[in-house]
Amino acid sequence: MSNSVQTALQHKPDPRRSRSPLRNEISKHKYLYILVAPTILFYLLFTYVPMYGIVLAFKEFDYSKGIFGSPWIGFGNFSNVFANPDFLNAFRNTVLISFGRLLIEFPAPILLALLLNEVSKGKLTRVIQTVFTFPHFISWVVISGILVGIFSSQGLYNQLLFLFGLEGRSVLTDGPSFTAVLFLSNIWKEAGWSAILYLAAIAGINPELYEAAAVDGANRFQQMKAITWPVVKSTAAVLLILAVGNIMNGGFDQIFNLYNPAVYKYSDILDTLVYRSAFQDATGFGFSTTVGFLKSVINCALLLAANYFIKTVAKEEGL
Amino acid sequence: MRRGPNLANVFITILLALLSLVALFPFYQTLMMSFSTLNDVGANRIFLYPANFDLAAYKFLFAEGKVTRGLLVSGIVTVAGTAVSLMVTSAGAYALSKKSLPGRGLMFGGILFTLFFNGGLIPYFLTLQKLHLQNSLLVMILPLAVNTFYLILMKNFFQTISPALEESAKIDGANDITILARIVIPVSMPIMATMFLFYAVDRWNEWWLPTIFINDTKLYPLQLVLRNALTNLSASVGNASAEALVRGTQNAYEGSVRGALIMIAVAPILAVYPFVQKYFAQGIMIGSIKG
Repeated sequence: MSNSVQTALQHKPDPRRSRSPLRNEISKHKYLYILVAPTILFYLLFTYVPMYGIVLAFKEFDYSKGIFGSPWIGFGNFSNVFANPDFLNAFRNTVLISFGRLLIEFPAPILLALLLNEVSKGKLTRVIQTVFTFPHFISWVVISGILVGIFSSQGLYNQLLFLFGLEGRSVLTDGPSFTAVLFLSNIWKEAGWSAILYLAAIAGINPELYEAAAVDGANRFQQMKAITWPVVKSTAAVLLILAVGNIMNGGFDQIFNLYNPAVYKYSDILDTLVYRSAFQDATGFGFSTTVGFLKSVINCALLLAANYFIKTVAKEEGL
Repeated sequence: MRRGPNLANVFITILLALLSLVALFPFYQTLMMSFSTLNDVGANRIFLYPANFDLAAYKFLFAEGKVTRGLLVSGIVTVAGTAVSLMVTSAGAYALSKKSLPGRGLMFGGILFTLFFNGGLIPYFLTLQKLHLQNSLLVMILPLAVNTFYLILMKNFFQTISPALEESAKIDGANDITILARIVIPVSMPIMATMFLFYAVDRWNEWWLPTIFINDTKLYPLQLVLRNALTNLSASVGNASAEALVRGTQNAYEGSVRGALIMIAVAPILAVYPFVQKYFAQGIMIGSIKG
């Protein structure tokens, strides 16, 4: 209080300029505004302008009339969506696949980071880490090409089955095994990458803590539990919030490049349904926009709920 | 020292080494498949190495115009797109790293909001269509100019730079743009190298926007050429009975060509990645400190 009064008193008006303090501040930073302008323009044009199109969820889209001219129909699109069996199927798949990912995929990078942290930082460890990170930089188009190869009739998987005298299988056309491929291949592609985030947090730990613990007679497992784990846990809390905020997404890039009509029942998610109904089946733009809108709203609500939960119940820092 | 070479250490190292071999093997086998003859792929005669070394698949692909053209399009988009993204993102991140900038909170909040709420596919499609980005290479450059996560990483990195460096230049009368170009960027090489890798890889891998907005086959990037080749394949997977797939010669002939196509798409990343890799652990570590 007294501080702000002092600074206010010290701030004498410049007699040469009669501009307001705000305008002064802005002109002082004019070069920074020039620098940030392209970024702001980018977000306005490519993310905020499309947000206006959400009104289509409440309209019957007529291509010739555009977004503005199309007639309002209230909640007609919503009742269409909820009565659509494909929507209900995709909604269920999205939730199931996302929860499967949280259960199966989420712990993988944590485990990997803890293991990588336990071994000495030699050349071999660096090579190993480079290998684990590499698939992150390959597109799902390519990865799915490789997977289709592995699971094709002459592929690695069936060759191994033959080797053990088992009968060959068509993995990618069978719903449950397709879902297993989704989880495993995503771990293969992303676990090494996500582990870097945990390792970065672990690297921030003061090494003296470990030395002090060792002097006190703590073994390696106890050191990991008492020193490494709390740091890993707060990183995991942030990543968990972000993952919960993505539950309605389910992994479009992966599924879209890998799925086929034989497994729609198990793997069609909201994003793939939206894509097909917009560009392939022509179910209508209104349907797609409505599903997209529902998705965004649910994602936002889940994110806020997860953040609140982590902060109040789990007593972590959150976002 | 807390970690000597002991039994647990050796065991974990061996475990991780084996796992990394498993992780690498699909790429290795795809490479070997691309070097094999069509007959050997069909007869299951490649596992660890090609029975007969053959470059026919690569010759076939490069003789066909689609792949060469795809490489050219992807090359142009990657170079131009990375340049645009690096310029826009570093300028924006630098400005947003200044806590004294009036309106910073509003701008940054507005940017974060877009991570969790968006207009959805159709409004996005209509907007880009209105901007005349259909069938233009710009559709793979402009709508991707800024990646929010990369912007945050860069902003956080800039915030760790000592203000004293900039103060002295400011006293000498340099403006913010000069300071960014002459002082801040040169001391930010770890994050710049990281961002260069991320953006270049993203542009090279981009397949979604061209899938929707590029109808002209002459403008197909390599990923789309690859995707179309693979989609034909997976459509046949979807329709054929499991039995015919397992026994049949269904896609035998495609094996080596598919392998070669995949390798052509992976090669540029493989070439750049090891050189930039040493920077990005450092770049992410400093950038991910909350700020």
